[in-house]
Parts: sequence; structure tokens; C-alpha cells
Amino acid sequence: MQIQTTPQDHHIARLAALAIGLHMVEAILPSPIPGVKPGIANIVTLFVLYRFDLTTAAWVSLLRVFAASLLLGQFLTPTFMLSLSGALTSLLMLVLASRLPRRWFGPVSLSVLAAFAHIAGQLLVVRLWLIPHVGVAYLVPVFATAALIFGLVNGLVVARLLASHDAAPRS
Amino acid sequence: MRAALSAARAHPFPRLLAGDWLTLLASLLLVVLLFQALWQSQGASKLRIRQGDTVYATLSLDQKRTLHLHGPQGETEIVIDHGRVRFLRAPCNSQYCVHQGWLTRAGQVAICLPNQISLELLGKRKSYDSLNY
Repeated sequence: MQIQTTPQDHHIARLAALAIGLHMVEAILPSPIPGVKPGIANIVTLFVLYRFDLTTAAWVSLLRVFAASLLLGQFLTPTFMLSLSGALTSLLMLVLASRLPRRWFGPVSLSVLAAFAHIAGQLLVVRLWLIPHVGVAYLVPVFATAALIFGLVNGLVVARLLASHDAAPRS
Repeated sequence: MRAALSAARAHPFPRLLAGDWLTLLASLLLVVLLFQALWQSQGASKLRIRQGDTVYATLSLDQKRTLHLHGPQGETEIVIDHGRVRFLRAPCNSQYCVHQGWLTRAGQVAICLPNQISLELLGKRKSYDSLNY
């Protein structure tokens, strides 16, 4: 059986593969604090949002979450649920943030906002499902700090990639 | 590849836009507020004294008062001084309770095991003595 694919599908698959690769790299990196991760795969999501559109970015992000969890054997585990809830809330935030005027708000803004939405979504799942305890509030400042730092760094990387991508001839 | 490299040199570092600075500033403010709201231990308002396996008394911290309690080893002296409390004198050998000094924040505890007396500071809501995750 032959599935008809469009060039658009190939594009999405290629970008998702890149995001999955970054996700896997991050999965083997040790983290000093459990749960605090830089989220480098989101660089791809944001890059796609700028170079293609929001729909493509959503495809790449969600394909990455599902495929990487299958590869890591985490499909439908709490880790996967956290990954998915974070991806969904940050995509939702990107829907809103991408309406901000591009003249003033660059990739760094979008990255930081998405990072905050990401931890908000994850902490919501943690609070409601995994650890239904008010003590979770104690962790919020730690994750918020991580979101600010990694959101900034990832955003700078995206801005940098976009700048070189603009200068380079289109492939 | 060469084009990308020369482009990298042409754009040494991406420039932040005005809105980016605004976003970063607002985020930083949010983080600081979160730390203040969720991490600052609240001031204590009450003192709970336990003797043996019973609560001896729950007292307001907002007073100046000296208490003398009698445990298995003798007399223990406790001082409440407007928002803080300490063991002043104890008959035990180790004197850990006395050396712990003043307790000021909700959730803090001082215990004299030999004389079976403990002090616990209470805030508006009960705080945790430990968190695991």
C-alpha cells in the first residue's frame, strides 16, 4: 500500500525528526534538579513557527512528543503525560503570543512565554493528578526560574538560527 | 555551509527587541513575586508547648513571659519575647535545646528530649517540616 504524501508532509517529518533527535539527546543528559530540563527540542518548534506556520509547528511539536515517548518507552506514562501537557499549553500560548506585533516581540519573547506556559501546564497536571498536595506550590518558583533562563537561551538560539537562515541561500 | 558560517559571522548575536526586554522584565518580576509568595516562611503567631505526650499549652507569641516547666529531669525555663521563644535553662546534659537559641519563624521546633519538652512555632497555616518528591 502506498500512502500519498505531500512535500509538506516530508517537511514536517524532517523537522519532527530533528526535534525527536534533540529530545533524545536531552533525555540522556543528567539534570541537577529532577524535572528541570532545558527543553531544547522547543527550539525546533519555534523555528518552524517562524519559517512555516503555527499548524506545522503544532504538528512538529506533537509528533515529537509521541514519537520520542515511544522511543524512550514512556508512552502513556506520567513522563509522557507531563511532556504532552507541557507541549499543549505552550502551543496554546504560542497561538496567543504569535499575534503580538512582530516589530517589537521577537523569538525570545515567544520562547519565554511558551516556557512559562509549559511549566504551568505541567505543574497543573502534577497538582491535579500526580501529587495532589499543596506542597507542590513550593516547587513553583524553582520551575519558574528554570523557565525564564531556558526560555531566554532557547529564544536566543532561535533568533540566531533565523538570522543565519535568512542570510543563507534557501535550499 | 560556508554561507551559513559567513552569516554566523555577520550576525554575531541576535538583538533583543523592545518587547523582548519587556517580556523578560515581566517574567523576572513574576519569578521574584513567586519566590516571595511561596518561599518566604511566614512569621509565627503562636507557640505550642508539648510535655511528654500531651500539649501543655498553646500560647500567643506576642507577649513577654517566662515559663517554668517540670519534666522528669527537673525544671526547664522557657522565655517568650514578643514574637520569639527559646529555652533559657534546662536540666539536661546536652543542652542542645538551649543552644538552639531563639525560634522566630513558623514551623521551627526546639526539643528537649531528656526533659520531654518541645516548642513549636505555629503560623496561620500549618507548614511542613519536610518535603519529598
